Amino acid sequence: MSKHVIVIGGGVAGLEVAGQLSKVGIEVSLIEKESKTGGHLNNWYKLFPDRRNSSEVKEYLNGITANNGINLMTDTTIEKFNRSRSCFSITTNGGKELIADAIVVATGFDLFKSARKEEYGYGIYDNVITSADLEEMFRKGEIVLTDGSVPESIGIIHCVGSRDEKVGNYYCSKLCCVTAVKQAIELREHLPESKVFCYYMDMRMGGAFYEELYREAQEKWGVNFIRGKVSEASETIEKKLMVKVEDTLAGRPLKMNLDMLVLMAGMEMSAGGEKVAGMSGLKTGENRFFAAADNHFGSNKSNIEGIFYAGTCTAPMNITETISHARAAFTEVMEWLRNGKR
Amino acid sequence: MILEGKKAIWNDYQKEIADDKYYYVRSCVRQNFFPGSETAFLKIMREELKKDVYEHPCHTTCTGIGYHGDIVPVETTMTVVARQFAIMTEAGYENLLPSCITSFGLYTEILDTWHHFPEVEEKVRRQLRKATGREFRKPKNLAHASDVIYKFRKEIASKAKYKLVNKNTGEPLKVVDHIGCHYAKMFPSKGIGGAEYPYVLAGMVEEWGGNVIDYPERRHCCGFGFRQYLVQANRGFSVACSKEKFESMKPFKPDMIITNCPGCPMFLDRWQYVINEMEGKRYGQNEEGIPVFTYEEVAGLVLGYDPWELGLQMHQTDCEPVLDKIGIDYSPEDKYNLKIIPSYSESRSLINV
Repeated sequence: MSKHVIVIGGGVAGLEVAGQLSKVGIEVSLIEKESKTGGHLNNWYKLFPDRRNSSEVKEYLNGITANNGINLMTDTTIEKFNRSRSCFSITTNGGKELIADAIVVATGFDLFKSARKEEYGYGIYDNVITSADLEEMFRKGEIVLTDGSVPESIGIIHCVGSRDEKVGNYYCSKLCCVTAVKQAIELREHLPESKVFCYYMDMRMGGAFYEELYREAQEKWGVNFIRGKVSEASETIEKKLMVKVEDTLAGRPLKMNLDMLVLMAGMEMSAGGEKVAGMSGLKTGENRFFAAADNHFGSNKSNIEGIFYAGTCTAPMNITETISHARAAFTEVMEWLRNGKR
Repeated sequence: MILEGKKAIWNDYQKEIADDKYYYVRSCVRQNFFPGSETAFLKIMREELKKDVYEHPCHTTCTGIGYHGDIVPVETTMTVVARQFAIMTEAGYENLLPSCITSFGLYTEILDTWHHFPEVEEKVRRQLRKATGREFRKPKNLAHASDVIYKFRKEIASKAKYKLVNKNTGEPLKVVDHIGCHYAKMFPSKGIGGAEYPYVLAGMVEEWGGNVIDYPERRHCCGFGFRQYLVQANRGFSVACSKEKFESMKPFKPDMIITNCPGCPMFLDRWQYVINEMEGKRYGQNEEGIPVFTYEEVAGLVLGYDPWELGLQMHQTDCEPVLDKIGIDYSPEDKYNLKIIPSYSESRSLINV
């Protein structure tokens, strides 16, 4: 069958669904706004729960997209979106018009912009960094403060922009807890003399082997977990970071001086996804991610026939779930092309 | 500290401030705490900046202290505030200018409540009509008096006789800015610079030559926090709050503190005396206290007003160390000499009705 599918977004979900579609002979155009594919995976060093190198997953994704004739369009955004009765037409920023029989939206997520939590001082105080910044340090193999010295005490704040009514994000980003546990272990591995403190609301260790990792962090690596929200960070005259936090288990407020503060940024609907939603008429939910046609048996379907979702454009997911969701999207697209499309 | 980061936040939190024709409402407590401040404000606005600032003798408390102390029910508070609006409307003014931070916060909160719950506004209108026969228009613009001084900080700088600079070293004075909790912590978008890194006082300090200190307990309450002080049993907590701030700011060697709330200068000033009496501790340089000022007092000093005309003799922590650093010309023997200063007598007819 000669059909053309446009996949919007070249992250994990987009690559997976594009690879699966191309394997069965579907003509695929993969549109990616950045200069290379891989999405957030490009910025991550090791992955939870087994701390494998992220490059292994990238190799897998590159493998399934290579040599299958995918029309990869990097540095490309969508400027116009039209739908006729049975086809979709997309115009890119380069003025190219693409006609497709189906579309898969895989626009992924953006990390919450941590500067919006002004009280934590990201962009204001030296040595307040995000989980993504820390991954970059891991990749370079150099965990240092702005003055070049090695941090001795490091705090990790969970739920930054997640489960936070103040910033309009009621939902749980779900992966920050396990990312914090993973990064806390890695910090202790890199800096055996350091002390690491995690400030959490709840430890949501819902994935396979997450709880085991959490236990390992405590028993093997001596990471300190403090149940309580950090209310504010500030800078002392010695350029240390002072955080105020309520230890809800001890029932008392704490003030701690730290060398480095890591903010576990949550996940939000991507700006690219919002743009696509705005021009296509695709519905978004209360959490601002794309709204699935049905939460139980239609999570890949949208409110528009022939447009499907894959991955974290619908909700926070880990890589395992993202790949599964992308494969499910592939199934839905095939069903549509074979039997649904009029 | 990354200044560019702060500047980005300051740019995010700007607000519209009326240019002229203000309806000024005084604070309940400021005239007792620092009686020269509101007088200085009116003098600056009317005589230096040539602005129309109107006030009415029938203006009453906004009930803010009672409201936050759980003594006055919110509907009563709203109706009292509606009456203030009615008097403003009758006077032909639209730009409300409260002197008190708690009033500013309360007016902001009530206007926001009415915006989200118009039926509450209608109910309050009925209650006011029934009680007083009055009608009102909501303010077109609501700005705290410190917002207005911030707005005109450059004009004040252009008329300044002194700068916030140490005359001996040429270095900018190190200034702690303390913002009243009710200024922006409830509604960050209503405060210049927002709630976390407010710029309203920092902007004045910068414009007038000083440097603002960012110290760890910058956001901490001054110690007034109504239940801490008004409930007598909690007063130890009130002193403890202030002490927390002094201990935190001391390593930065501040020359002075500037405030924009009725209670903050009172408690930061008076508790320094109390802590010294209790523990023999002082937090300023050379075994002195850290002088505490209202923003009007600082504006007045910069403009060259006489310190005793500004009422600085009412401060319990001596302000002379700062006056000497700046090089302000003053007469030490006149500090407690309550002779009528000519310019003060001119300003006595401030109530314009």
